[in-house]
Order: sequence, then C-alpha cells, then structure tokens
Amino acid sequence: MTVVRIPPVLRASVGGVKEVPVTGSTVGEALAALIERHPNLRDQLMTPDGDLNRFVNVYLDGQDVRYLEALETPVGENDSLVVLPAMAGG
Amino acid sequence: MSAVGAGGAGGGRYGSIVDAVGHTPLVEIARMSPLPAVRLFAKLEMTNPTGSVKDRAAKYLVADLERSGRLGPDSILLEPTSGNTGIALAMIARRKGYRIALVMPDNVTPERHQTARLFGAEIIDSPGELGSNGAIALARRLAAEDPRYVMADQYANPANPQAHYETTGPEILEACPEIDAFVAGLGTGGTLTGVGRYFREHKPDVKIYAAEPMPGENVQGLRSLEDGFVPEVFDPSLLDGKYLVSNRDAIVALRELIDREGIFAGPSCGAVLVAAARVALKMGHGTIVALLPDGGWKYLSAGTYDRDLDEMTDDLEGGVHWW
Repeated sequence: MTVVRIPPVLRASVGGVKEVPVTGSTVGEALAALIERHPNLRDQLMTPDGDLNRFVNVYLDGQDVRYLEALETPVGENDSLVVLPAMAGG
Repeated sequence: MSAVGAGGAGGGRYGSIVDAVGHTPLVEIARMSPLPAVRLFAKLEMTNPTGSVKDRAAKYLVADLERSGRLGPDSILLEPTSGNTGIALAMIARRKGYRIALVMPDNVTPERHQTARLFGAEIIDSPGELGSNGAIALARRLAAEDPRYVMADQYANPANPQAHYETTGPEILEACPEIDAFVAGLGTGGTLTGVGRYFREHKPDVKIYAAEPMPGENVQGLRSLEDGFVPEVFDPSLLDGKYLVSNRDAIVALRELIDREGIFAGPSCGAVLVAAARVALKMGHGTIVALLPDGGWKYLSAGTYDRDLDEMTDDLEGGVHWW
C-alpha cells in the first residue's frame, strides 16, 4: 500500500484522518484511488482536464513529482506521497 | 582560493548603503558536501546590508515604483512579508525618506518586528495560522481600500526576479564559471526565476533546483486549496527539480554548517543545504552553488541553534521560521 499524507486543508474531505492508504503503481493511479474513496477531493486536486491543480503540490520521497514524471511517476508499495497546498514565503 | 581583487565580493566603495547591496562573497563549504568529487560553494547573502538576499529585490522594487511615478508625497509603501523583505524595504525607505507599513504574520520571531521598527516601519499583524498567504491577502485588501498604500509587491512585480537576473546571476557566473548546478530556496520564486533565466541565456547547461519548506501543520489554516498561492513572478518551467525539506532536517543542517564551516545562517539556509546534498548525490561529480539567503540573528529567540530538537518539534509546527 502507498500512503498519501493529507494536508490540514483537505482533512475534512477525508473524515479527518492524516493519512490514507491507497493502491496504484503511479502517482496518477494512487491519486485516482484516493479520489474514488473520497470523490469530493476531485475538484480540489485535479483540473477538469485531469492534470494536477496548480495550487497543489505532490511529493514523492521529498521531490515534487512535476519535475519527475508527473502523474506517470512510478510509486512503490512502501512509498508515501505528500500532498500540500502551494505556500508562499518572503 | 584567494580573495577576488578590489571591487569584487564584499569590496568596493559606494555612495550610500543602498548602493552597497549585493557584491556578496562565494565561499567553498567543502565539509558540507556529501561527496569529495562535488565541490560545494555558498553564496553568502547574509553579508548584504540588512543581512539577507532580500536587499536585492527591495532595491529593485523601490526603484521600479520611483521610475513608474507611483510614489507621491502622501504615499505609504505597503508590503506583505514574513520578515526579510520587510526589513530590507524599511531600510531603503528610511534612507530614501518614504513612509512604510509591513503586513506580517503575528507568529514570526520578535527580532523581525524589532528590526523593521528600528528603520521606522509600521507593523500590521496578519493571522499567523494563514502564514504568508494570509499576509498577502490582507495587504492586497488594504491597498484596494486606501489609495495612499502603494504595494511594491514582491510576489507580482517583475523587478524582483530582474534584481537577480541583473546582479545575483552575473556575480555567481563571474566567481564560479565552472558551475553545474544552482540551488536556492523557493519563497517568492524571485531568486530562482531571475538566476534561472540568466543561466538559461548565458550557460544553459546549469541545472536549477529549489528547496521548499515543509509548512508546519499550524500555518496551513487555509479555507480551501484555492487559498493556495503561486507567486506571479515565479516561472516553474525554469526548474529542474524541487525538494521539500522538513524544518527538522533544515535545522540539523544549519547546526552542522556552524560546527563544520563556522557560518552562522538562518533556517532556510539549512533547507538549501539539504537540497544541495541531494543534488550532489545525484550528480556524482561537479560544482554546485547554493545560495544562503540570510544570517541567524533573527532566529536566536526561537532557540534555533541550541534547543533540544525533540522539544522544538511542536514549535516548528506552529511558526513561520523561514525567510
């Protein structure tokens, strides 16, 4: 199982838990499994075209998947994905 | 390596403190490289006049407002900031004789308020649990309601990355022509976008990597993801990779930097070094320049350098410790 870590802003949509275990061999499949269990996440995480919402960052092993293979990035059984809102600094 | 000649890093003669912004030294930090075949250099931005890289953007932002004629006799400069940009703008406003108000999250370390106030800035508190995103929203609302407020707007004003395109990038390439990779923190995206653009034009093989802070649980009080924020000046297409770094890992690296290299720096510098070490392991050999944004003075009261890390964990979740 791959674990998806849910940020505070999305926890109300997943029953308040911090982590959701999912199955999937890519980032896209893992997120699709998450959305299947919690359908109201769809509009928050994804665009109507099926891309990642630009205000959402997804990390695998601490690396933003946009700079790996995006939704096609392979994930392993013991990997965890971190979902975070885009936050500014300065 | 010996010092660069007169007029190089840290040298020169200037007509005012505003003109002395930039010209920072590049120092090898070999003991922070995980591989002997990767040379690691630090661009020490804490040697800027107010102690951070933000002096560069602030200088360009104020010059842009002056050029466009937006600053009148009744104007008040207004800027949302977690600290460094506000302090830099306040110094420049003091030197040039402008009024300034800063919108800051109410949970930043007190040194940031103290330093901004000593340059004459008025501080407006924004809700700490909304982080910098909350400060930006409040500042934009205030500016819309009161025409006296003029926002320099580091998040949207192209003068911010332009400062790095015209100064930081050229300084790095001149001091380190063999550079293979550049690593910097992502806050507004100004440094990464400006330096990234410069290298795309002048040495396109240089890889550009971002270090991004893991936001604490208690500074993510957003109502929805639509409250998330991607700065207008940030061009994500210039990056080759982006690393998320926890507060804890950043502070461990920061303490190692003091112990091994004798360099006293702020938490975001630790994050940049964590990312740089990951880049080094991926590269195997070559030369990395890591931009260290600020010094450690503003973080002393948080126990950043001496508290037990386990004891600090809860606090790290609750404050804005970066930038």
